[in-house]
Amino acid sequence: MYKIDRLNELAKVVAAKRAENTPLEPRRMTADEKDTLLRSFHPDYKEGEFSILAAGVNKGDKVPTQLAELLQGKSRISAEDVDLSAPDYDTDVLIIGGGGAGASAAIEADEAGVKAMIVTKLRIGDANTMMAEGGIQAADKPNDSPLIHYIDAFGGGHFAAKPELVKKLVTKAPEAIQWLNKLGVEFDKEPDGTMVTTHGGGTSRKRMHAAKDYSGAEIMRTLRDEVINRGIPVIDFTAAVEIILDKNGKAAGAVLMNMETKELLVARAKTVIIATGGAGRLHYQGFPTSNHYGATADGLILGYRVGAKLLYADTLQYHPTGTGYPEQIFGALVTEKVRSLGAKLVNIDGDVFMHPLETRDVTAASIIRECTERGKGIETNLGKAVWLDTPMIELKHGEGTIEKRIPAMLRMFGKYGIDIRKEPILVYPTLHYQNGGLDITDDCATGVENLYAAGEVAGGIHGRNRLMGNSLLDVIVFGRNAGIYAAAKAKETDTPSALTLDHIAKFNKELEESGAASGTPSPMLLPHYARKNK
Amino acid sequence: MENMLNVYLFGKKYQVPAGLTIMTAMEYAGYELVRGCGCRNGFCGACATIYRIKGQVELHGCLACQTEVEEGMYVATLPFFPLEKRVYDINEIKPDAQIMMQLYPEIYSCIGCNACTKACTQELNVMQYIAYAQRGEFEKCAEESFDCVMCGVCSSRCPAGISHPQVAMLARRLNGKYIAPECGHLNDRVGEINEGIFDEKMAELMAKSVDNIQEIKDMYNNREIEK
Repeated sequence: MYKIDRLNELAKVVAAKRAENTPLEPRRMTADEKDTLLRSFHPDYKEGEFSILAAGVNKGDKVPTQLAELLQGKSRISAEDVDLSAPDYDTDVLIIGGGGAGASAAIEADEAGVKAMIVTKLRIGDANTMMAEGGIQAADKPNDSPLIHYIDAFGGGHFAAKPELVKKLVTKAPEAIQWLNKLGVEFDKEPDGTMVTTHGGGTSRKRMHAAKDYSGAEIMRTLRDEVINRGIPVIDFTAAVEIILDKNGKAAGAVLMNMETKELLVARAKTVIIATGGAGRLHYQGFPTSNHYGATADGLILGYRVGAKLLYADTLQYHPTGTGYPEQIFGALVTEKVRSLGAKLVNIDGDVFMHPLETRDVTAASIIRECTERGKGIETNLGKAVWLDTPMIELKHGEGTIEKRIPAMLRMFGKYGIDIRKEPILVYPTLHYQNGGLDITDDCATGVENLYAAGEVAGGIHGRNRLMGNSLLDVIVFGRNAGIYAAAKAKETDTPSALTLDHIAKFNKELEESGAASGTPSPMLLPHYARKNK
Repeated sequence: MENMLNVYLFGKKYQVPAGLTIMTAMEYAGYELVRGCGCRNGFCGACATIYRIKGQVELHGCLACQTEVEEGMYVATLPFFPLEKRVYDINEIKPDAQIMMQLYPEIYSCIGCNACTKACTQELNVMQYIAYAQRGEFEKCAEESFDCVMCGVCSSRCPAGISHPQVAMLARRLNGKYIAPECGHLNDRVGEINEGIFDEKMAELMAKSVDNIQEIKDMYNNREIEK
């Protein structure tokens, strides 16, 4: 039951049409309809929310205003603050970030026989990977193929992705699942071993593999366990605040900061992998976010300052179904798997207003249109929302399906008295994913020698929109890939000498001359949620 | 005026609006969180917390990000708890009861007090999954413990010193790797890819993605979608 009577009344409208709505197969939109919808309602098209960069390698490009402020912000240190001649840590491969990509990279680098080390500003596993609910794509069924997966991913990303990256994503996908399974990651399977797979928005085959709706958590906790078993050093509560270069401009380590004591430390490395994840906590355009506390775009800043280029930094993913109510979980992710299992999006009149499995950008724009232009949203104290009719799942697949397939969702809403088996839930788009990021080649190399990037911080894999289940896949495939290539490069690289942080002063000067210096300390490291002005 | 509640953060009294979670109440009180805050969505276990309502006996375990504040709540966060994780080579161990005896012998000291289950922030039957682990029933242990976020509140209450989340982690990896059925179609597909049977067509797709985008668009817009 909702605590607000009016919502219970409105939920009855949904219930009254449920039997009629459940078997519906709504028409999918045409390419032109989708184009028009996106241009009119997707947040990426809101001109006033972006700024043009005035300094750095992407000078002239537009990025979200909050990101521009950090990219053109002030380094937290000066070169004089640290002694680069006496490193506190010495390693072959330095991995910045302890999520799915960082952990995968560490395991592969270790496997290759080099010294790897992870630094993370929180704990290993405190990452968006841990929160991925719905699943991971791989074209491993007889009616599917990497070619079909390629078309789905490339088309879903509006034909903007780098073909060689999509190729790697889809052709390495089955191997990634096999690798995880051999590490002991559990997947939902039939008794004969066949994977239980579903659709995601924009997929043309059912290739979403899952571990209930804890898919990312199951993967992340297993990777973390493996990293610890292998004895790979994990320096937690320690953020990277600047990349260190050598005299030839190659990456050679990072300046680290203890998050609690603020002590600065120097890590020297032959190669560096940035695997810092996304940016949801920048709350672009005032959206709530489904992201982890540490998702503050740090890797983009670190890379940008030493000259690594950004690709598609102006395109963000707003997950169509963030929680719209209640306030305690406002913006939290309601997995797309809820729709994969048969729940549909319904407006205030109880009508299904779209096919529930269009791509995420289209679905988000459609929900925004329903709540604005069409005036068919449901008003709460938190804003507008639409219904996601979860009881349809059990009408379609039988009682017990929700508890078995999406227990986290049942628990999340159950804590606030809402039984998703019997009542529909309120949803509205939430800031979910950074489609773009550091531009990489298919060996995960950025334009700066010996500097690699993998996971959400990298761009070009998903074009301008990512499909469900291609992100968990991306962090595994490209995390491993970065580990393999960075390890190989480390083997042929001597211990860097003549380390320098000259880039800081150089970038500061360029900023000053451009007149665009924001003065904001960056990278941001953590969002500022403590109430001020009490 | 908002409905304000009295909560005691580490014993110190603050007035916070009703409807906040323990985590947002701490931020409302002015805390800049570094530890004890992770995904903020109930998946990572960073914000393990124990609380007691003033005047009541029962001690509760919860996740600060998933729990609404109540009047008279005494809150202590548990941002770190020293769980004991034993290391092993997943490729060398076998899924038999011996491995638990070897790596986590303390589970056989369980006195059956059920404090772990009562404390679980995910409402799991923790003592039951430990019992499964004792008997080497890893599949059942894996299923029963599946929703564990490894926050460690169970272990903080255990008189036998068991690190329940780590025991369950081992059981799940054994189950996932050795006990759950192998996936034939997955192995077949990896083999096909390694043989290179998709290479030629993939190269064509990639070339068209650059030179003939219209054809790729037509392929995408007219592709058959599995029902």
